[in-house]
Amino acid sequence: MPEKKIRVLIAKPGLDGHDRGAKVIARALRDAGMEVIYTGLRQTPEMIASAAVQEDVDVIGLSILSGAHNTICPQLMKLLGEKGMSDVTVLVGGIIPEADIPALKQSGIAEIFLPGTSTQDIVDFIHKRVVH
Amino acid sequence: MSDASKDTTQTVAPSESQSKGRQPSAQELAWERNTLQPTLEKSPERQSEFTTISGHPIRRLYTKTDLTGRDSARDLGFPGEPPYTRGIHSTMHRGRLWTMRQFAGFGTAEDTNQRFRYLLSQGQTGLSTAFDLPTLMGYDSDHALSEGEVGKCGVAISSLADMEVLFDQIPLANVTTSMTINSPAAVIWAMYLAVAEKQGANWKKISGTIQNDILKEYIAQKEYIYPPEPSMRLVIDTFEFGVKNTPKFNTISISGYHIREAGSTAIQELAFTLRDGMEYVEWGMRRGLNVDEFAPQLSFFFNAHNDFFEEIAKYRAARRIWHKAMVERYKSQNPRSWALRFHSQTAGCSLTAQQPYNNVVRTAIQALAAVLGGTQSLHTNSLDEAWALPTEFAATIALRTQQIIAHETGVTNTVDPLGGSYFVETLTNEVERGAWDYIHKIDSMGGMVAAIERSYPQREIAEASYRYQMAVDKKEKIIVGVNDYVAEEKPLEILQIDETVAHRQAARLRKLREERSQAEVDRRLNALRTAAKGEENLMSYIFDAVKSYATLGEVCDAMRDVFGTYEEVAIT
Repeated sequence: MPEKKIRVLIAKPGLDGHDRGAKVIARALRDAGMEVIYTGLRQTPEMIASAAVQEDVDVIGLSILSGAHNTICPQLMKLLGEKGMSDVTVLVGGIIPEADIPALKQSGIAEIFLPGTSTQDIVDFIHKRVVH
Repeated sequence: MSDASKDTTQTVAPSESQSKGRQPSAQELAWERNTLQPTLEKSPERQSEFTTISGHPIRRLYTKTDLTGRDSARDLGFPGEPPYTRGIHSTMHRGRLWTMRQFAGFGTAEDTNQRFRYLLSQGQTGLSTAFDLPTLMGYDSDHALSEGEVGKCGVAISSLADMEVLFDQIPLANVTTSMTINSPAAVIWAMYLAVAEKQGANWKKISGTIQNDILKEYIAQKEYIYPPEPSMRLVIDTFEFGVKNTPKFNTISISGYHIREAGSTAIQELAFTLRDGMEYVEWGMRRGLNVDEFAPQLSFFFNAHNDFFEEIAKYRAARRIWHKAMVERYKSQNPRSWALRFHSQTAGCSLTAQQPYNNVVRTAIQALAAVLGGTQSLHTNSLDEAWALPTEFAATIALRTQQIIAHETGVTNTVDPLGGSYFVETLTNEVERGAWDYIHKIDSMGGMVAAIERSYPQREIAEASYRYQMAVDKKEKIIVGVNDYVAEEKPLEILQIDETVAHRQAARLRKLREERSQAEVDRRLNALRTAAKGEENLMSYIFDAVKSYATLGEVCDAMRDVFGTYEEVAIT
């Protein structure tokens, strides 16, 4: 029986439209054999949490460059908890000041990938973290 | 030396000189045989292939042979004359330096007003306004979707009251202002004109630029509100209004910057930007405007990326293509329509979060390319912008970088110093040819709006950006401090915008809504809604609405009611 593919939701929350990073990651994860669903732009935490439930994903990758991470991430983590999705691995990629990282991790974000991260590092992290 | 370049060394290079039907001179062939070959046998080159950052192949040596069949009178001409390859002014930076225009905006209007006044006091010669995401998307600061975003990526402007604060004590009669605003450009511009009017500045004399380039929003930056048709109508409305009322204002800045930041190649940036420009010209003419009435008010905006010569070639090719298009396609009679004027900004996407002080060096080299390419105005990025909006310290170094290029390097002493270089001229020709191929392809799709609806430019950019990322991941392209020459470092002091900005904005909006005449606001918004259903130019309705202190969100909503909103087909 073939191994079940890791399912990843790549989401672009907030009003920002800079989707270069989200698209590159979506494609790199797909090339690495994962099932990737890209939400498109301007997703609210509610929309992302619902999509995560509907698509039954193992991983959510959020791309945030706008500085809205301290608002968006805790809201999403709370909603995921309410929907019984606390076991999903939530990753953040983008422009996140180092000072904000501890609090984000405290809220349940598994890892934060800053500019300059190679796509292979993200693939490796997910493989290590999500074992079917 | 990096590992990647060591791995790809080779012993004997192929003879590049005879590629693509090139017929080198006897002397060149003799040099190849007598001097080059023995060298290559002894010490091979570092890589088997040399390419620009865009992946464009670069040969070992360029000679006169590469310009065979080219006519320098036709292709280069003289500066200030068609086809403007060598620059749009006869004296270029000897006559007047480029405008040093640093993009700034954060927090509330008060915060940004202070930064503007600081920059002007430091010798900056023009203003450039960055708006926050809610403003760019046409939402007020107190809208639910604005939560967490107010004042973060730029200044929060929700009404004329904010705009009055933004330009407090800045005489709009004397200072030229650029505003990076697109979907709500007509509304923000109306607020700006209202402030100018209140200051007693003459609209016929004020000068500045609104970005107002909706096509590149669909292609790259994705801050759109309405579908393409009504969005284009609004753009042409501003052209028409500008021709009559503000002849010195650039009613659009047709932008390749964001296309490049989204990951395009240099040729794609050039091609999509100029094809966007042609689309605006065609829509303007379809409205019944004479091309030479509005084309002189079109301006352009390009990226200044790392690959030095490719960038210079891009700017030179841009001028030549635009001249040809204006004369041959649109039968323009006015030389003021032919000369492509452009602003440039160094490449934000080239900045590294790692070892951020290296960004000063990157920015300086990129800025130099823009200057050598004949830019009319320039923004240099700050060293900390891979982390946050710049601190005053970082923004000052960025401005000083331009001042050093202008006053210390000597590059402004002569016009188009690289003109006539075999390499630069060949690369200019190649970049131009590559751009025309794309332009013709988009023509065959029925124009840029049609191409966007098919996701054609979006897909081309996504492909290029993925190719580049893979090249970086494989170390085929080296980024110092990121995939090579990595070092531990201390975190940087960065600018933090807190949520008190949102609270202050919300309080100001509450007060505004209490103090204004709601009946008057409703009446003017209804008039705008009715006009939007017809075919009239909407600028005067928008102007009336903002003057009654209708908010940005309310004005945009009135048009949302009629035009609907746009959702893209997300491609990955």
